[in-house]
Amino acid sequence: MTAPLDQHLPDPAAVPSEAVSDPELIAAGLAAEPTLTQPGLGRRTLESLRRDPVALISVLVVVCLAIVAIFAPELAPYNPLHAFPNGLAADGAPVHPDSTFLLGTDPNGRDVLSRMIFGARVSLLVGVVATGLASIIGIIIGGIAGYAGGVTESILMRLTDVVLSFPILLFCIALIAITGPNTRNVVLVIAFGYWTYLARIVRGLVLSLKEREFVTAARTLGVSHAKILRRHILPHLVPAIIVYSTLGVATSILIEASLSYLGIGVPIPQASWGQMISQGQEYFQTAPWLLIAPGVALIITVLAFNLAGDWLTDLLDPATAEIGR
Amino acid sequence: MTGWLARRLAQMIIVVFGVVTLAFLFAYIVPGNPARLVAGPNASPEAVASIARQLGLDRPLWSQYVSYVGRLAHGNLGVSFALQGRSVSGEIWHALPYTVLLAIGGVIWEIALGIPIGIAAAYRPRSIMDRFSTLGALVGLSAPPFWLGLMLLYYLGYKLTLFPLSGTGHPLIWYLILPTFTLGVGGAAWYSRMVRTTMLEVLRSPYIEFARLKGMPERTILLRHALRHVLTPVITMLGMDLGYFLGGVLIIESVFGLPGVGQLAYSAIDTLDIPMITGTVLVAAVFMVVMSFVVDVAYTLVDPRVRLSRR
Amino acid sequence: MTGEPIVDVTDLQVHFRVRRGLVGYQTVRAVDGVSFTIAAGQTLGLAGESGSGKSTVARSLVRINQPTGGSIRVGGTETARLRGQDLRAYRRRMQMVYQDPYDSLDPRMSVLEAIGEGLAVRGMARAQRRAATEDLLRRVNLPVSLTSRYPGQLSGGQRQRVSIARALAVSPEVIVCDEAVAALDVSIRAQVLNLLKDIQADAGVSYLFISHDLSTLRFMADQVAIMYVGRLVEYGTSSQVFGQPQHPYTKALVAAVPEITATGRTGRTRLTGEPPNPADPPPGCPFHPRCAVAIDICKTLRPTLRRKVGGQFAACHVAPDEAPAVSSQGATPGTPGAEPGPAIGTPSSSEVSA
Repeated sequence: MTAPLDQHLPDPAAVPSEAVSDPELIAAGLAAEPTLTQPGLGRRTLESLRRDPVALISVLVVVCLAIVAIFAPELAPYNPLHAFPNGLAADGAPVHPDSTFLLGTDPNGRDVLSRMIFGARVSLLVGVVATGLASIIGIIIGGIAGYAGGVTESILMRLTDVVLSFPILLFCIALIAITGPNTRNVVLVIAFGYWTYLARIVRGLVLSLKEREFVTAARTLGVSHAKILRRHILPHLVPAIIVYSTLGVATSILIEASLSYLGIGVPIPQASWGQMISQGQEYFQTAPWLLIAPGVALIITVLAFNLAGDWLTDLLDPATAEIGR
Repeated sequence: MTGWLARRLAQMIIVVFGVVTLAFLFAYIVPGNPARLVAGPNASPEAVASIARQLGLDRPLWSQYVSYVGRLAHGNLGVSFALQGRSVSGEIWHALPYTVLLAIGGVIWEIALGIPIGIAAAYRPRSIMDRFSTLGALVGLSAPPFWLGLMLLYYLGYKLTLFPLSGTGHPLIWYLILPTFTLGVGGAAWYSRMVRTTMLEVLRSPYIEFARLKGMPERTILLRHALRHVLTPVITMLGMDLGYFLGGVLIIESVFGLPGVGQLAYSAIDTLDIPMITGTVLVAAVFMVVMSFVVDVAYTLVDPRVRLSRR
Repeated sequence: MTGEPIVDVTDLQVHFRVRRGLVGYQTVRAVDGVSFTIAAGQTLGLAGESGSGKSTVARSLVRINQPTGGSIRVGGTETARLRGQDLRAYRRRMQMVYQDPYDSLDPRMSVLEAIGEGLAVRGMARAQRRAATEDLLRRVNLPVSLTSRYPGQLSGGQRQRVSIARALAVSPEVIVCDEAVAALDVSIRAQVLNLLKDIQADAGVSYLFISHDLSTLRFMADQVAIMYVGRLVEYGTSSQVFGQPQHPYTKALVAAVPEITATGRTGRTRLTGEPPNPADPPPGCPFHPRCAVAIDICKTLRPTLRRKVGGQFAACHVAPDEAPAVSSQGATPGTPGAEPGPAIGTPSSSEVSA
């Protein structure tokens, strides 16, 4: 469900626009069933976590990552940018993990553990902000397209198709090559690539929501369109948005890692897991931890977000929960 | 059906136009003077100016756009700035086979791994097989492809010398196994979960119950009745994946040293070779759009409900 | 009952265009020239099979569907072509209770919020809404404690009553009930129907009651109209239509209901065949392929509504017309007012906005 960039576009429940049309493979359960209204959502959340250890672990991991990311300066033993003189062995090779440097050092003599911790901060920051931005854009465009219908919808959906068809990675690279690598650009560029996905999903959901009888009832009462969107449609979008945003964070983290790997992500001295992997490539014989540590960190992070997203899907739509979880 | 088909084709053309326009405009957001780039850093202002005229850069925007589209219609993607006047389409043409093979190989792995594992997992939910494959799938989904590629290269290529380390050579297939596998693993992971979920859902429906009551063996039910429902989502993703891969998978190509379209695009970006960038981006986007159309048509063939709803 | 009818529909047309082929369209005449009136405080029942267009009539009355032609006057105001702000103002006068008790309430809104939405439209300040909501709940015989509940916690009957309360919140003059009890258990059905009758007696609300169930209509409706493929085939008081059905279709429907015994019939008319495709109805009288007594003219000439011997109107060549000079036996009081007929144009501009 993530989109490591070279793999495929993330679209677990492909909501086609007209471009890939008719079968509306929506996560329709998320909008159809009112589980979010039943009282005791908090209680049910805890209950469901208790029953599913995998979900519990993944949620804990996410929380831990968040803590690490927020408190990185306090948690890291050393300054991640500082090249220690004793960080390199006599022959200039990185130091193996020992009592001083728990995860060893990198080719520049910097402490790997500290860099890993700050790398977590980068990944999570980029992931969350990019996804948040993409969500907002996606909701606005998808929502308007779905609700307004007609020409507006066609135009917006064609626009989405055009952006969707563009090879995102290349686009990201090109944009960053032009504007220069910095974290802000990375976030913008990822958001630019991801919003189309959410826009399609939101549009599909809004289309089906529009036909629900309570929306018709609200119209008949004389409630204005704006109010309907705000009070009837938007709340029903929330579960799907939560789920797809969580998965989106996973995707964004991978994209950021890929960009950093290529050297056009977060600017060089700053620590990013992708970039650490790129650096560690030549050392896989002599210093394999340089490759393994960030890789495993990425896997765990992305996995945790994916699993958390799955758990949220089940929580917010019990229908699928019972199917052999 | 014909009505729908015609409308869908029209849509496709509109999107292609949008893409073409975007690609065209792209060249104009790049800072720097293209004529200078072509002329080289030491060229005199007159040389630069004359090259600018040659390239038509002094003409108004819409006029350049028109010639651009006109050239495109003849398959002319322009001439590379960085590669000493070699034609963009020519370069792409040469790089394409690697990308195509990579793309097809990747998709084959996706299907070959994803679907059987998904079916097996659905066959016995909550079994060891299921848990195991789910775990494998999740890891496959979460691992960054470049890292996975590197790991595979290291352990299988270097340590065990099963596979060549990089580049191309003879037999080409041998060189493609690792990269295509790396490419396909993520998708395979996704497919296996999709197949599993869809089938489990379908297996609960009343008409499947009925087939069981009739005495039909579970395996036949799985393969003959339930599998069909999986086709729609799988086709969607397959089409989109293929379209995406055909655009050039830069990272895999980079890790494994394959001279495909992705690499071409990357070096073009590095050297600010505008026609090449525009060309590769355009080719990639067109692949995507066409594949999206093909997927749509495929739905009609695969799902009778879709066929009937399209008039 | 007396004075001008609260609802006056003349030649209502609702057509839909459906795509055919490459660029072609086909017009489906879901409602093809329907006219009726509803007097204040009275109930008009509208019956017919699925596809007859009765729901479309209901929905175009509350402007969920847009009428393609014809006139809808509510309290003297022409409403068929209202837009924007005027339409919003009109909406308060006519409300609807829907068939599906489960989907017509937003699952994410509590009862208080749902009814409050209606009160807000009326302009009521938030502070007063709770009291007003509790009032409305009492009116529909629901305990006041339900205000904090969500639809998922209510039964079908309760939900439907909340919907009724919501509709009452804007103080409408007319309520359209579109199969409002069809999805309820029979025992609950009776409760809700009685509730509706009480509200009518209380507040003088008029109802357009849509149902395919004739026994329900017999209970609820003062006047009854039977629809077939987008047109009225019979229209009269409840006792006329059920007591002495004139149209062969009505006769067959009535015969199909176990409790209703239509008097004065000879033999049982059984309904065979399928209702025709509304996009492509048969020529002449649309019922003729299924009609046991069809004669030649039925196949070519479409019958119009005419007063028949029972006193009601029916569109049938076979059923005997009322003799022109007769005033006693057939013409019963409370016969529907406006003479329905083809193509009455848009009303004059001298309307009073009430």
